[in-house]
Amino acid sequence: MRVGLFVPCYIDAFFPAVGIATLELLERLGLEVVYPLDQTCCGQMMANSGSQKDAAGAEALFVKNFSDFDYIVGPSGSCTVHVREHLDAIAQTPAVAKVRANTYELVEFLHDILAVEAFPWAEFPHKVGLHNSCSTLRKLRTAKASEIDEPVFSKPMDLLRKVRGIEFVTPSRPDECCGFGGTFSIFEEPVSAKMGYDKVADHHGAGAEYIVSADTSCLMHQKGCAERLGLDIRFIHIAQILNGDRA
Amino acid sequence: MKRIDHAEAASEFIAAKEHQEFHDRRLWDLRLKRDREAHGIPEWEELRELASRIKEHTLSHLADYLEEFEARARENGATVHWARDATEHNQIVLDILSARGSKTLVKSKSMLTEECDMRSFLERRGIEVIETDLGERIQQLDDEPPSHIVVPAVHKLRDDVSAVFARTIGAERGNNDIHYLAETQRRTTRPYFLRAEAGMTGANFAVAETGSFVVCTNEGNADLSANVPKLHIASIGIEKIIPRTEHLGVFIRLLSRSALGSPITQYTSHFRAPRAGGELHIILVDNGRSERLGMRDFWYSLKCIRCGACMNTCPVYRRSGGLSYGATYSGPIGVIIDPAFNIRKYSNLPFASTLNGSCTNVCPVKINIHEQIYKWRQVIAERNQLPFVKKEMMRIAGKVLADPRLYRAAISAAGLAIEHLPRFAIYNWLNAWGRQREIPKAPGQTFRSWYLENRKPS
Repeated sequence: MRVGLFVPCYIDAFFPAVGIATLELLERLGLEVVYPLDQTCCGQMMANSGSQKDAAGAEALFVKNFSDFDYIVGPSGSCTVHVREHLDAIAQTPAVAKVRANTYELVEFLHDILAVEAFPWAEFPHKVGLHNSCSTLRKLRTAKASEIDEPVFSKPMDLLRKVRGIEFVTPSRPDECCGFGGTFSIFEEPVSAKMGYDKVADHHGAGAEYIVSADTSCLMHQKGCAERLGLDIRFIHIAQILNGDRA
Repeated sequence: MKRIDHAEAASEFIAAKEHQEFHDRRLWDLRLKRDREAHGIPEWEELRELASRIKEHTLSHLADYLEEFEARARENGATVHWARDATEHNQIVLDILSARGSKTLVKSKSMLTEECDMRSFLERRGIEVIETDLGERIQQLDDEPPSHIVVPAVHKLRDDVSAVFARTIGAERGNNDIHYLAETQRRTTRPYFLRAEAGMTGANFAVAETGSFVVCTNEGNADLSANVPKLHIASIGIEKIIPRTEHLGVFIRLLSRSALGSPITQYTSHFRAPRAGGELHIILVDNGRSERLGMRDFWYSLKCIRCGACMNTCPVYRRSGGLSYGATYSGPIGVIIDPAFNIRKYSNLPFASTLNGSCTNVCPVKINIHEQIYKWRQVIAERNQLPFVKKEMMRIAGKVLADPRLYRAAISAAGLAIEHLPRFAIYNWLNAWGRQREIPKAPGQTFRSWYLENRKPS
């Protein structure tokens, strides 16, 4: 199984540790992982802003970089949603269709494709609050959303429960959006920041030492909010915990 | 026409901390009650699916069902009018009232008459119009539009209501006891019911096979409006049609559970024929609905039963308030309806969303709200309605992200190489991000450079 590692632009630039953890974790699990060096971004930001034609170049480049892999795996729910559901600024060739069908968000890849049983190297002796991004929750559906009447399930929790020493806390509104929303964070700054403040305060109030998520973009926003508020709470990507980071 | 600046209005709403926090809590509480009631019946998700299909079926046979409704209603003794748009609707109402010398109209809550701006039209022509729903009356007295389609004054605290009532209907200044305030409204509205020559209601559902319609309320004011005066006018949007009475069972079970988290509204009133010696006029209103029905991506929004569940769950709506949308319809449903009325004026609204999708999940008729928001953004960009700054940023970002060399230059060294990008783009971005948040610190190296040092490149 040959896996193409997709490291979204903001992770490449600001959170390399998340990319490193994802790579190391997939390697520990015995996969052949390749990072195509010419990758940039999936085109989500332009497309979500309505400027679909401006996304075409990035989308074409994404397909060019990743069309030779069995699976394309990235530590980002929203980017995965873009590739899978919205990569349509370009002509829908068989190569595009293949890339769209084979792109996975890390948690669903570990849970559904690899069905990983254990992470013996992982230990995280902290209280964590899980933040499911709206993309993973309501689009990729890696966990039950509170609005829907269906049996409870959570792929990220299934994975995190295999980590030694971890404790979970639950905020009062576990699946309310944190307000990042891509360019929403810039063009709707007042609401975005207020949503972020409410989100980190809710986790902090529940006793979380860490907020863990499969989406670094949400965490980047929440971290900025928590630091400005002076809240003592830290942020970590699920890949880092599953790869054995202790703090 | 000027664009509505949702972000700016939201900023003012958030600055009124006590109001914003109450607003958020109150509506979140409705969302939680909705969850409890909805998940209390095992077939909830099936009901949503059924409701969605009934609506889609009806909308795709709308002309037939409307004609069936019209024929049955006429047989029942009602007078049926057709209004192409708001102007025709308002004129029809005025003509009905004028022909009978009616000077006073009591009405229950109707988003359609808000949409038609009927009240100000009639008032300018000497007709006194009294809103009889408590929330709507508060808004009328304060000369503000409703901020929510079900709870019109939800953005106000009791002190605000107390001040409005003291200023307008002689309530005791400073008395903010909610029972006192409600009683004052009741006492001052009641004489209008007795005096008015005409009453008006909307309709939640109109049944084609019987020519009857149903109004769901909690205060009983619609029943007084319809039953005390001799003349009853009902304004009904053409999308309110359902084929059969048996379908009501599906929608009635969904409506109040979704709206307020109660199993049913206090009053579910069926109107079929004029009372003895009275008149019943039904106005079927299009006002852009036929045009919407022809929009491939957006016709699903006509399934809406106006429950407001999408507003209650919307994290943006709860933090910005309904008035910040500057439109009759606010919140997620407003965001996908309003641009069809005026694309320039409402071009910012589809961006007042994080695309989180909670609205879609609570919608009792399964409107794909967040997908329509995404689609509207494309339409707005295609019609050249994006603000200049955003348009330029996306053009530049698109260019940089399509080219590995430009991309690497842009994120190299100190994180962001300002010389490669126009200054306005950088400063707009950083200023907005940094106003209330810390900016992420650029790490020593990018992932890519770490990879080149630590792995054998392919």
